[in-house]
Amino acid sequence: MEKASLREAYGHALLELGRRNEDIVVLDADLSGSTKTRLFAQEFPHRFFNLGVAEQDMMGTAAGLAASGKTPFASTFAIFATGRAWEQVRQSIAYACLNVKIVASHGGITVGDDGGSHQSMEDIALMRILPNMVVTVPADAVEMRALIYAIAHYRGPVYVRGSRIKFPIIYNEDYRFQIGKGSIVREGEDITIIATGLMVHHGLEAAKELAKVGIEARVINMSTIKPIDKELIVKSAKITGIVLTAEEHLVLGGLGSAVCEVLAESYPIPVKCIGIRDRFGISGTSEALLSYFHLMPEDIVEEAKKLLSFKPHRLRAIA
Amino acid sequence: MQDRDIEKLKALAKEIRKDILIMLNKATSGHTGGSLSIVEILTALFFVKMYHRPDNPHFKERDRFILSKGHAAPALYAVLSNCGYFERKELFRLRKLGSCLQGHPDSKFTPGIEVPTGSLGQGLSMANGIALALRLDNIPSRVYVLLGDGEVQEGQVWEAAMTAAHYKIDNLCAILDNNRLQIDGWVRDVMGIEPLAKKWEAFGWCVFEIDGHDFNQILETLDKAEKIKGKPTIIIAHTIKGKGVSSFENQVKYHGVAPTDEELEKALKELDG
Repeated sequence: MEKASLREAYGHALLELGRRNEDIVVLDADLSGSTKTRLFAQEFPHRFFNLGVAEQDMMGTAAGLAASGKTPFASTFAIFATGRAWEQVRQSIAYACLNVKIVASHGGITVGDDGGSHQSMEDIALMRILPNMVVTVPADAVEMRALIYAIAHYRGPVYVRGSRIKFPIIYNEDYRFQIGKGSIVREGEDITIIATGLMVHHGLEAAKELAKVGIEARVINMSTIKPIDKELIVKSAKITGIVLTAEEHLVLGGLGSAVCEVLAESYPIPVKCIGIRDRFGISGTSEALLSYFHLMPEDIVEEAKKLLSFKPHRLRAIA
Repeated sequence: MQDRDIEKLKALAKEIRKDILIMLNKATSGHTGGSLSIVEILTALFFVKMYHRPDNPHFKERDRFILSKGHAAPALYAVLSNCGYFERKELFRLRKLGSCLQGHPDSKFTPGIEVPTGSLGQGLSMANGIALALRLDNIPSRVYVLLGDGEVQEGQVWEAAMTAAHYKIDNLCAILDNNRLQIDGWVRDVMGIEPLAKKWEAFGWCVFEIDGHDFNQILETLDKAEKIKGKPTIIIAHTIKGKGVSSFENQVKYHGVAPTDEELEKALKELDG
């Protein structure tokens, strides 16, 4: 299966945007080689600002640039962007409602060997609780590129969670991202799997396995966590009667929470949230950690089957 | 106004002090001491030094002002109102629900405010960003940012200090309101910040020290700062917390409380006296 780097996709999208739009400026905090903002820096050194290992100052500087009409993209690892500089993002960017795009790499546990200090399991939650902030998680490199273009034309603060590792390609090149819209990547009427990031691919793999035993899963890529696509969640819940969420993030405050908030208020049905449970990460390879934290396709299959037992018809027998 | 008639400026400062005291009294909460300590600085900036247009607050070529020590908002509001950014009656709805004057400066509500502040330590980073954007656009405007002395205990201030020097941001002038008091007491007792001038020099800044209540010194130094090229400038303004009302001066108690009716009456008499 073809895989591609979200970071590379981001770096190239920035470069293309930078050639079109002089108001695009880019900031980094000593990680431009990792986040791939270096591509932009090399072509547009006067529009690139490395702030050194100073994420708080980077967010404030980005806010100032935005306040003067620039479209700043500020990048670093997810935990530093959202954790270290959280209050700067809150006060200087979200509260001010300034046009800053925070594009992080190294979200989730697939950071791998660097261990728990560098694995961000809480970034989606930290950004989701901020008023005015749009929160997005691309599922592959194609979506990353489409998303970067879309948010460059949106006025307001946006958080984009990228990853260290390459993701399998899901979308065709003609895919178009829309803020606030989930996309159905597989049709099915027995269970809805709502996933984000890498877990969209795992959801699709799980759906293939489930199909072998006659269970047709609808798989949704929820690439905007906020504002969440309430209409699509409720519509799908009505069709399938049960919903499973999957994310490489804490269930607490993440996609699972967001989906449950919608369903509890609008269409209460059984839900299972797959994600990390109230704990920090540890060192290991990405693959080993995905298994360790039960985030593999087989984990989704197992939980899906358990969830199906809540359904009062023929599928209970299969489960 | 480009009038450098010092007597006129002094009279203006007196009226602004009175507005600050009345608005705080009506709000029944707010930061009195640190508002009174910056009156001359703000008056000199907004009535003499800065190029700005109250009838068109967003015009591109304006000089920018950021009140990083956002809790001194009453002083800024009084000055903005006296400049004509909004009607004077708004001052007396400070901190009330639905007022355009929030407890701390907020660009979403108040004409003349560039960016929201209030959480300390963040204004200098934003000022750097604004100054860099002006430079990219070849706009010759200057950026003024006012910091508190207690505020420089925030680590982000020093991150931003490095940035301003590294990027040679010379269209920026910081002013430090060195009134020597913070909520918990004397700055030197809570968390010493000296030697201030040496610290900023070591960070690559051009440093001036002045009496922050002396209009001649303020204006002369702002002029000098404009001529410094290749590095940022900071003016350490030695001030008196609660300046102008003798019973408030150098009293830590008045950091975060508004004058009572009785205190207000006495203070207004003293200012007019």
